[in-house]
Amino acid sequence: MAAVTFQSVSKTFATPHGPFQALSGVSFEIAEGEFCGLLGPNGAGKTTLISILAGLSRASGGRVSVMGHDVQNDFAAARRMLGVVPQELVYDPFFSVRETLRLQSGYFGVKNNDRWIDELLAHLGLTDKADANMRQLSGGMKRRVLVAQGLVHKPPVIVLDEPTAGVDVELRQTLWQFVSQLNRQGHAVLLTTHYLEEAEALCTRLTMLKHGHVVALADTSELLAQASTNVLRFKTDDALPADMARLARVTGRVAQMPARNAEEIEQRLAALRAAGVRVEDVEIRKADLEDVFIHVMETAQDSAAGVTA
Amino acid sequence: MNGWQTLFYKELLRFWKVAFQTVVAPIVTSMLYLLIFGHVLENRLQVYGHLSYIAFLVPGLVMMSVLQNAFANSSSSLVQSKIMGNLVFVQLTPLSHWAWFTAYVGSSVVRGLVVGLGVFIVTLLYAQPGFVAPLWSLVFVLLGAGLLAALGVIAGLWADKFDHMATFQNFIIVPMTFLSGVFYSIDTLPPFWQGVSQLNPFFYMVDGFRYGFFG
Repeated sequence: MAAVTFQSVSKTFATPHGPFQALSGVSFEIAEGEFCGLLGPNGAGKTTLISILAGLSRASGGRVSVMGHDVQNDFAAARRMLGVVPQELVYDPFFSVRETLRLQSGYFGVKNNDRWIDELLAHLGLTDKADANMRQLSGGMKRRVLVAQGLVHKPPVIVLDEPTAGVDVELRQTLWQFVSQLNRQGHAVLLTTHYLEEAEALCTRLTMLKHGHVVALADTSELLAQASTNVLRFKTDDALPADMARLARVTGRVAQMPARNAEEIEQRLAALRAAGVRVEDVEIRKADLEDVFIHVMETAQDSAAGVTA
Repeated sequence: MNGWQTLFYKELLRFWKVAFQTVVAPIVTSMLYLLIFGHVLENRLQVYGHLSYIAFLVPGLVMMSVLQNAFANSSSSLVQSKIMGNLVFVQLTPLSHWAWFTAYVGSSVVRGLVVGLGVFIVTLLYAQPGFVAPLWSLVFVLLGAGLLAALGVIAGLWADKFDHMATFQNFIIVPMTFLSGVFYSIDTLPPFWQGVSQLNPFFYMVDGFRYGFFG
């Protein structure tokens, strides 16, 4: 049985400018124990999809189920299986960290949960904040509590909606260590993030969304293998020639462009020399997920959901 | 605790943690009404021919506190959670809509009764009303509080901003409770205003509650 099944899910919002199609025909599955990434630019529909999965909003069409339980008709069972860490940094200012976690356990009908709560606090580096009021915590600490809240009922399916947005290195590392550990113990994870190196390192399978369509769905290794094999990277202060500027991705002084093989790399460098562009720190590296992502997003047709696998 | 009990308990804890504002403040407000109106009107007014004004006023003040606080609790809890965004924690749980509704209404009824009891105890210093039919008072206070708590849930779901809630409270709840015969007997009103008062549902809640004291 799949941990999560999305079956031709669509969502239309009414806006003052007419209906807006946020999701159209999104279908994919997350297997039990899988670590799945959900990637896409802002406005691609990631959070909408997660809201439907969590029961926070209703799909206009299609079906979603968690461990075989429909999220609408059998919502109580579906939600017991699901732990959602929302993207917004929200908290209840009336309570301390431990009270917050006890209440959250109670909502799920989990009794005498203090041992697991202590374990969560320890794993997330919150032990000495257990009795602090939520208001007194820094943003990073509130984020940790949010993660703990999503896990109080030991859900077999964990959903993390951009958990590392604006989070420092230490928390990112403790968080990924803990989540990876849970994943090894058999929890399925659905992760949305804009940090593609995280997705590449953690996710075994990836779904990419663009304008509400699935534009790529494959194992991470497969997607990386499909990519143009090398990337030429260098620094320059000069403007690139027009035909090369189209290919290149420029960030400040750094320019990166795809190059299949040694011959093509030589051609590119020769063209740069001929145009009088002075380059330094030249590197050749394997294409990473960011290159694949950009390639997929550029080539994907909006109308036809070009599923690649 | 099961899910419903937890939500009910959390809602109780929410107002109890700020009891100074949610329980003590309304009691003080009622005290002020009693002092001012009681002092000004005590010797000038007799109600139903035989009753001192303060004795008449006490049950009205108690019921008004109950109604206003039952409404304030569910509505402000919901609006706060919506604006803070922490309503999502409950939305993600397996709790049914019935569990939500009854937990919010139940805890608001409790707050209404706690405040009402507080007002009653304090006013005992000034006047000792009789208990002709205490069960009727109990029925009216429970149903009245439940009704206002449910209205608070509706208002809380409807309002998106504190502004909306203030509108609801200032233009509907406060005028309707003030004009429900808390401070006067509608028998003293001109016939037209008697008719209007009889259209006000709050009038019946206050009147029914008062019946329990004086028959």
